[in-house]
Amino acid sequence: MNRDDRQIRWIEPPELGMAGKSYLRLFLEGLTTTLKHLFGRKKTVEFPEERYQTPDPIRYRGVHRLNRDEQGRVKCVACFLCATACPARCIDIVAAESPWPDREKYPESFTIDELRCIFCGMCEEACPVDAIELTSFFDLSGKSREEMIFDKEKLLSIYDRTKDREPSWSARVRDEG
Amino acid sequence: MTPMVIEALVKIVLVLAALVMAAAYLVLLERRMAAWIQDRRGPNRVGIPMTKIRLWGLGQPIADGVKFIFKEQVTPAHVDKVLFLLAPILIFSAAMAIFAVIPFGSVLPPVFGSEEPIPLVIAPGVDVGMIYVFAVGSIAVYGVLLGSWASNNKYSLFGGLRSGAQLISYEIPLGLGLLGVVLASGSLRLDKIILDQAESGVWNAFTQPLGLLVFAVAALAEAGRLPFDLPEAEQELVGGYHTEYSGMKLMMYLVAEFLHMIAAAVLIVILFLGGWHFWGLTGSSQAIAGGTWTVWIVALVRVGVLMAKVLGMILFFMLARWSWPRFRFDQLMNIAWKVMLPWGVVNVAVVAVWVEYGDRWARALDLPNKLLMAAVGAAALVVCWLLTTLADPTKADNRPIRNDQGPMTKDQ
Repeated sequence: MNRDDRQIRWIEPPELGMAGKSYLRLFLEGLTTTLKHLFGRKKTVEFPEERYQTPDPIRYRGVHRLNRDEQGRVKCVACFLCATACPARCIDIVAAESPWPDREKYPESFTIDELRCIFCGMCEEACPVDAIELTSFFDLSGKSREEMIFDKEKLLSIYDRTKDREPSWSARVRDEG
Repeated sequence: MTPMVIEALVKIVLVLAALVMAAAYLVLLERRMAAWIQDRRGPNRVGIPMTKIRLWGLGQPIADGVKFIFKEQVTPAHVDKVLFLLAPILIFSAAMAIFAVIPFGSVLPPVFGSEEPIPLVIAPGVDVGMIYVFAVGSIAVYGVLLGSWASNNKYSLFGGLRSGAQLISYEIPLGLGLLGVVLASGSLRLDKIILDQAESGVWNAFTQPLGLLVFAVAALAEAGRLPFDLPEAEQELVGGYHTEYSGMKLMMYLVAEFLHMIAAAVLIVILFLGGWHFWGLTGSSQAIAGGTWTVWIVALVRVGVLMAKVLGMILFFMLARWSWPRFRFDQLMNIAWKVMLPWGVVNVAVVAVWVEYGDRWARALDLPNKLLMAAVGAAALVVCWLLTTLADPTKADNRPIRNDQGPMTKDQ
């Protein structure tokens, strides 16, 4: 940058008043701000004893689940859109001929490597039948790498555990009309 | 060993232990305060080891200490080994030595068969107490400069240079702030200065508000606390002069920093806020009359009052840390040389004139000496502050000089 360039406009700082020049305003404003926060409400959640409640569990991007349809079958049609959309390539699907008449394919196995997952939610976006969704469950832990690779049964069981608290998108559409 | 030596040794052990404990717990307090101000809770988990008892995080300093002791002591290959080791020892012992002449109360009644009352100070009756404090306090500069030089690291050296400039600059307003008090009470002895305030019941803060302001700002800068913490401004200098230090050596630096803060708070309290004196609570003379029990109670109340004041001052320092942004280096120097130095001189001049003529004028006006002095002191503060505001000496324009006939860019 050429400092003599007349294209560059130099902005004058706003003139401080007497209060500003005497540091009095700075002094008082700083002190009142810190005092207010010193005695104010604390935002920290005491985690293990007290759990963080997401304001909107539907919107939160936690552990995945595989939704079931009304008959309790896995909703997934093994179209591979989620696996294609996944930037971390953590979804592995093995498709097979569907035993049911309403679709051609179904996932014989559906595994998500939760250690590779970056919880971006792209799979949820990509899914055409709202079969894969992210829940608000966030404190995921395991004792081995193998334990953190979730298979179809595990993902379906997460749906069973969370469906009452966080109804699936299609269930919400059905209920709300 | 004579009883005097034993007495001194007992006091040294007590003060050493108390100071190190105080520094450890002040670290916890500092962290909790920082957390509260930032709407967090701070360290509140560590309690008694091996149990689930939490005690509001009171075990944290012990955990921190253990961690520091077991940490690896890295001595980088490129450092000056002797100075590298010497610097933290120097700064730590100098910070400790300040407390040798500081009275932590007035006197305890005679115990264990001694005849004299026991003064609550390690080295009682040092006539040049204040000069000793300043002499020992100045050694902190050597600790910082030696550490930064020995580290052989440019960020350490930057921090050390800043620190050297800052500490030496603020030594002058610190001395000027002190000079007013010494003139007013006519003694360099700390216990005498407290006694002077206790007997009149008027603390120096009321008669010399200008002096208090100058001294407090300078003390804050000497302790290297925000908003004057340029020596170790993390955002600019990594860790400043202790970048290369680790383990116990780092801990000595950090403890020394807290000791400097305690010393600054204690000095402000003793010089300007009446030391152990509080109206209607502690009596006003050094000797305490009455039965054994009342004597003990008054002696302990005095210690309590002094400690409460010091704690209040330290809480203010900790609050100040989050209240105001750090000064730029030119602002720091401007404040030292263009604001604090003249204010200090004015304060000394006002006090000197008052010591000489105050009694005569007070008698002529038929007003109490101290009341008139307080009015003059307040007037001096207001006038100085107003004049400084009008002159605006900290204003600085760091932009490069611009040539109005400069080139135009191609599209115009």
